[in-house]
Amino acid sequence: MTTTSSPETDVVADGTTATRTTRARARIPWRFIGRRVAFYLFTLWAAITLNFFVPRLMKGDAVDSYLARNRGMSPEAADALRALLGLDSDRTLWQQYGDYLGMLARGDLGIAITHGLQPVGQVIANALPWTVGLIGLATVVSFLIGTVGGAVVGWRRGSRLDALIPVTTFLSTVPYFWIGLMAISVFSVTLGWFPIGKAYGIGTTPGLTFEFVGQVIKHGTLPLATIVVASLGGWMLGMRNMMLTVLDEDYVTVAQAKGMPTRRVLWRYAARNAVLPQIQSFALSIGFIVGGAIIVEQVFSYPGVGKMLLDATNAKDYALMQGGFLVIVLAVLVANILADVAYAVLDPRTRQSEA
Amino acid sequence: MSTIQLTARGRGARFGAGFAMFRNGKSIAGLSILAVFVIVAVFADQLAPFSPTQIDATARLQPPSGTHWLGTTHLGEDVLSQVIHGTRGVVVVGALTSLISMTIALVVGVLAGYLPGWRSEALSALANVFLVIPGIPILIIIASRFTNPPLWVVAAILGILGWGWGARVLRAQTMSLRNRDFVQAAKLNGEPLRRIIGVEMLPNLTALIASSFVGSVTAAILGLTTLSYIGVIPVNAYNWGTILNWASAQGAFTQNQWWWFLPPGLCIAAIGVALALLNFGIDEYINPRLRSAGELARAMRRQGLDTTAGVTAVRTDAGTDAEPEAEPDAVTPVGRAG
Amino acid sequence: MSDPLLSVRDFSVRYETAAPVDAVRDVSLTVHRGEVLGLAGESGCGKTTLAYGVQRLLKPPAVIPGGSVTWHDADGTDTDLLALGTDAMMAFRWDKISMVFQGAMSALNPVATVGAQLADVFEVHRPAMSRRARTAAVVELLEIVKVGGARIKSYPHELSGGMRQRIMIAMALALRPQLVVMDEPTTALDVLVQREILREITSLREAFGFSVVFITHDLPLLLEISDRIAVMRAGQIVEIDTAEQIWFRPQHEYTRTLLSSFPRLTAERKVAR
Repeated sequence: MTTTSSPETDVVADGTTATRTTRARARIPWRFIGRRVAFYLFTLWAAITLNFFVPRLMKGDAVDSYLARNRGMSPEAADALRALLGLDSDRTLWQQYGDYLGMLARGDLGIAITHGLQPVGQVIANALPWTVGLIGLATVVSFLIGTVGGAVVGWRRGSRLDALIPVTTFLSTVPYFWIGLMAISVFSVTLGWFPIGKAYGIGTTPGLTFEFVGQVIKHGTLPLATIVVASLGGWMLGMRNMMLTVLDEDYVTVAQAKGMPTRRVLWRYAARNAVLPQIQSFALSIGFIVGGAIIVEQVFSYPGVGKMLLDATNAKDYALMQGGFLVIVLAVLVANILADVAYAVLDPRTRQSEA
Repeated sequence: MSTIQLTARGRGARFGAGFAMFRNGKSIAGLSILAVFVIVAVFADQLAPFSPTQIDATARLQPPSGTHWLGTTHLGEDVLSQVIHGTRGVVVVGALTSLISMTIALVVGVLAGYLPGWRSEALSALANVFLVIPGIPILIIIASRFTNPPLWVVAAILGILGWGWGARVLRAQTMSLRNRDFVQAAKLNGEPLRRIIGVEMLPNLTALIASSFVGSVTAAILGLTTLSYIGVIPVNAYNWGTILNWASAQGAFTQNQWWWFLPPGLCIAAIGVALALLNFGIDEYINPRLRSAGELARAMRRQGLDTTAGVTAVRTDAGTDAEPEAEPDAVTPVGRAG
Repeated sequence: MSDPLLSVRDFSVRYETAAPVDAVRDVSLTVHRGEVLGLAGESGCGKTTLAYGVQRLLKPPAVIPGGSVTWHDADGTDTDLLALGTDAMMAFRWDKISMVFQGAMSALNPVATVGAQLADVFEVHRPAMSRRARTAAVVELLEIVKVGGARIKSYPHELSGGMRQRIMIAMALALRPQLVVMDEPTTALDVLVQREILREITSLREAFGFSVVFITHDLPLLLEISDRIAVMRAGQIVEIDTAEQIWFRPQHEYTRTLLSSFPRLTAERKVAR
C-alpha cells in the first residue's frame, strides 16, 4: 500500500489513476483452472457414457457366443462382463448404467479374454508405461524442436531457413504409419541399423540393467523418431506464424530501442509471447497425436496401450477394448490439464479474472 | 455516415475479393494437383489397364515391366490399376467427409459465435468435447462394430467426429465480426438474423471456411488411409490404405518389393502436398504478413539490408552498395564522401 | 542560449521501397542542453521518422542517405552517431538518449513484470550492478514517477493507462539520459491524466535537467510547455523559433494555418450560414 496523500485531495495531483496496490494477489488462478477441470470432467463423463452405449447399440451376439464357448470363466467374471457389455436383459438401462459406473469406481474394468482372463486393469497397467514413455517423450521432443525452430525461422524471415517450413509441413501431411513403414524399410531392412519391432529383444529380461536399458533405447529410437518427424511440422508452422505477428508488436520495438541484445529480444520478448497460443493448440492436438502414436505402435509392434487396443479390436475382446479406450481418453485429459496449467503459469493475464 | 452506406460498403468490397485466395501461385499449384487426382478418380475405369482384381497367376510379385507399369502383387494383380481405382475411394471419402464436417462446423461455429451468453458457451463446450476426445480410438471402436461398411457410412462417421476444429475457429472469427460496425448497422436496420449471418457475415468468413475445409479434407484422407491400413475398416472398394495393408501383410516392406508399397504411399504424400500448398496459399491470403514478411525480407537482403538489424543503415553513396550481409546484427558499412 | 546537445545537419531518411520515399529531407536543427524542443506537424509529416532516424531506430527499408548527427556530450566529447557500429549504437541508446513511446498500451511486454522490464535496462547497460542494487534502483524509479515501489511485481495489464505511461517515463529515465525524446506521450490518455503526466515531466526535468524533444500534433500543448518549436511538413522543417515567436509572429504560411486550425475559447464565434 503506497499512497502518500495529503488530507485535501488535489484531483490532478492525486490523479484519476488507481494508486492502491491490491493485496496478496492470488498467484494461482483457481477460477481459470476450475473451469477447465469442470470441462474435462464433463468430457470424461461423455467418454464414459459413449463407452457404455457403444456395445449396446451394435451387435452383441459375438460376445454371447464367446461367453457360451468359454465356460471356464468364474461366475463373477461372467457377471462383470455381462454388466459391462449390456447383456443383462433383465435390468433396465438405468440400472445397467449404475452398475457400470459402480464398476468403474471400483476400478473393475472386466476381464480380458485374450490375455488369459487377466483383469483388464492389469493388462493395461502392463502396457501403459511403454505408451506413456514413448508418446510423452516424443511429444515433448517434437514440441521443443518445433517451437524453437519456428521461433528462429520466424525471426530470420526471408532467409534460407524458410525452406524448412514446407519440408516439415509436407512431412506432417503424410500419415504416421507411412513414415514408420518407410523408416523400417530404410533403416531396419536396408541399412540394418535398428531392429524391426518390439520394445526390447526377445529373451532379454526386463529390469534396470544396462543391457535392458540399451535394448529399450535401440528399439525405441525408430518409433520415437517417426512420431517426432510426423508431428514436427505443425509446431514449427504455428510458432513461425505467431512470431511474425508478434514481431510487429510495439514492445519488440521498445525492447530494441532500449538497447537489448538480439538474443534477449528474440527469446524473452518475442518467443515468450508467441509460444502462448502454441500451448493452447498443443492441448487440442494431443488427441490427434495420441491417435497417430497408436498407429506407430502397431507398425513397430511396440507393446503399448495402442497396440493392445488394436489387437483387442481384431480379436473382438470387447472388455479390453473399452477399458483401453477409457484409459487413453483419461491420459489425453490429464495431458490437457497439464497443458492448461502450463498456460496459466506462463500467461499472467489469466490471473486477471481473479482480481 | 448513414447505415445504408455502411452496409453497402461492407458487403460490396468483399464479394470481388471472395476468390482472390485461389489466385496466388501456391493455391493454383495445389488445385492443379488435386484436379489430376479427381480426374483419375472419375475416369478410373477408362484409365486403368486392368481390372484391379484381375489375377494373373503367371506374373506374381513382378517388378515394373512393359505390361505392368507398376508391377504386380502377390496374387498377380496389377498395382497400377489398384492405385488408380484406389483414388476413387480416397477422393469420394475425402470430399464427403469434409462436406459433412464443415456443414456441422459452420452451423455450430457461426451460431456459437453470434449468440450471446450461455448458448455460446454450451456450443463451444460441445465442440471442445469432440476435439479433445482422441478420434482414432473412437473410430477403431465404432468401426469394429461394422463388418462391411459402405463408403458413405465411413465418411459420415469421420465427418461427425471431425467438425470440432472448424467450429472452434469459426466461432472465434464470428465473435470478432459480431462487434464490427457493419454488423451493428445491419442489426439496427432491422435485418433478420438469417440475413445478417448469411449476407453480412458469411462473405467475411469465406477464407476461413476454405482453410478449414482444406484441413478437413487432409484429416479425412489421413484418417481413411490410416484406418484402412490397420484393417479396422474392411472396405470392399480399394483405397491406397488397403493396398498398403495387403502389402504390409505380405511382408512387402521387409522384402523390398518397393513397387507395391511406394506408389500408394507416394500418392498419399502427393495429395497431402497439394492440400498443404492450397492451405499455404489461403493462409497467405488471410494473413498477408506471412507472404510479405518473407518477400520484403528477401528484397531487403538483395539490397544489402538486414531485416533483423537493430540499427538503421547509413548509406551516403547510393551507388556503392556493400556486400550482401548474411549475419544478423551487422550494419552495412558506410561509404562516406567526407 | 545554452550550448548545443545534438546537432543535426542536412539529415535525410529514405524508404527504399519499390518507389523510394523521401520521408525526411535535409533537416537541420539543434537541440540545446536543458531545453524543451517541440516538434509539431500533421500526421505523416515525418516528425516521428526524424526522431527515430537520428537514433537510428528505423528498420529496413529505411536508410539514411545523407547528413550528419553529432552528439555533444556533457563530458565534452563529440560523437558522430551515423558512424557508430551496431554494438556502440546499442550501448549509446538509452544511456544518452532515451525515448518515451506513444501508446503505452502495447509498448510493455505483457508477460513480464514491470519491475523486470525496468531492471533489464540495468542488466544490459550496467552489468556491474548487483541484483540488490538493481532492485533498489527500480524501486527508486517507481517512487520518482509516483507509481510506488510496491508495483514492482505487477504486470502491465494490471495497471491503468496513466500508470503504464508513467512506467514508460521511468524506463526512459533509468540511466539518467541527457535527452529524452517523447513521441505523443499523452495522446492516448484522457485530459486529466494528460495534465498529470505533463506536470510529472516538468518536475522531473527540474530534478534531473535533461532536454526533451516533444513530438505531437497538438500545437497548443507545445506552446505551453516548449522553449522552442519546430514545425514540420512533408519531411522538412518549415519554421523553427521560440514558442512566443511562433505564437505572436508566425512567419511561414503553414505555421499560420496550423495555428488557426485549433479552436480557441476566446475566439470570435463563427456563425454558420
